[in-house]
Amino acid sequence: MTLPTMDRRVAVKKLLDARDGALVVTGLGSPSYDVHAAGDRDDNYYLWGAMGGAALIGLGLAQAQPQKRVMVITGDGEQLMAFGSLATISVARPKNFDLIVLDNQHFGETGMQSSHTGQGIGFDKVAAACGFSKTAELRSLEEVDTLCEELRRPADGPRLFVLKITAENLPRSLPPRDAVEVKNRFRAHLGFATC
Amino acid sequence: MTASVRAKQPETATLTVDPAAPEKQWPDQVYDVLKAAGISQMSYVPDAGHTTLIRRFSADPEVVTNVLTTEEEGIAIAAGSWLGGKRSVVLMQSSGVGNCINMLSLPVHARFPLLVLVTMRGEWAEFNPWQVPMGQATEASLKAIGLRVLRAETGDDLVETVAQAAAMAFDADQQIAVLIGQRLLGKKKW
Repeated sequence: MTLPTMDRRVAVKKLLDARDGALVVTGLGSPSYDVHAAGDRDDNYYLWGAMGGAALIGLGLAQAQPQKRVMVITGDGEQLMAFGSLATISVARPKNFDLIVLDNQHFGETGMQSSHTGQGIGFDKVAAACGFSKTAELRSLEEVDTLCEELRRPADGPRLFVLKITAENLPRSLPPRDAVEVKNRFRAHLGFATC
Repeated sequence: MTASVRAKQPETATLTVDPAAPEKQWPDQVYDVLKAAGISQMSYVPDAGHTTLIRRFSADPEVVTNVLTTEEEGIAIAAGSWLGGKRSVVLMQSSGVGNCINMLSLPVHARFPLLVLVTMRGEWAEFNPWQVPMGQATEASLKAIGLRVLRAETGDDLVETVAQAAAMAFDADQQIAVLIGQRLLGKKKW
């Protein structure tokens, strides 16, 4: 049986339109393109590498900026490389941290090889077992609308949501590759000097 | 930079050791130096050589601590902390350096300040042969990915080295590992 999936760009645009001041970190590959396609902004930090780093950059940022909400948007492949991060994040228990896994069940950037999430590994279940305060798997844009409302409400711990998206390679919307510039403009957005 | 750098210029250090407390040992002095450098976040995979730092930071309400499942997590957390305007330090054993290599491309390429303290194994009175390969490869691996590497073999040297490494990391956007020699840490007791 083929279960329904959603359009990744539309889903990400909905989340970003409702970000309400949230700081955003993106995992390498298509999630970075999806977020960039919704509009380049100073309060986005895009990864082009450091696979497995997105959620943890988000954790460090959430701990440094406890008054702001942090939303990490990454893919199933990137998060699979940071499987243990769910334990670390759960123990750290940030209340301003949301992890969105765009899950197409494939390694899209390298030729659409099948990933673990199409073979029984559900990040919502893993995160729930680790102790995340709220987790869910979403399969429709209507559910994303509801999620946008949910994300506005305070949390008492980290939250993780799996968005089951269609496996397709959309036209790339490329963020700046100069990571120093992206870092400096992100810090400037928060009022911090370059160095 | 191709050679190890040692702290030879005390005037560049921000070291402030209370002369009224001469009984303090180097682990407590390193904690004081990191506090003076404005560290407000510490991430670690435990090692016996880091025991005092882990205990002191964990008891410090001004510092957020993270216990990691693998060392590279700390590299990414430190980058996020800097994005948010805070200063972080990562503690690990030399065996953990190998786990970090690709993640280190983040601070190296994006020029995030990074301060890592590495307790060495596999180089001095080591009883466990499994520790030797990574211990011997630690300095070369860190340099290969682009970190500045400093070493200390005595407590006084370490305190001074950590002080100036923190200044260089956070004031000059450098990525620095301080290797704490196994000779200083002593033979593991069983």
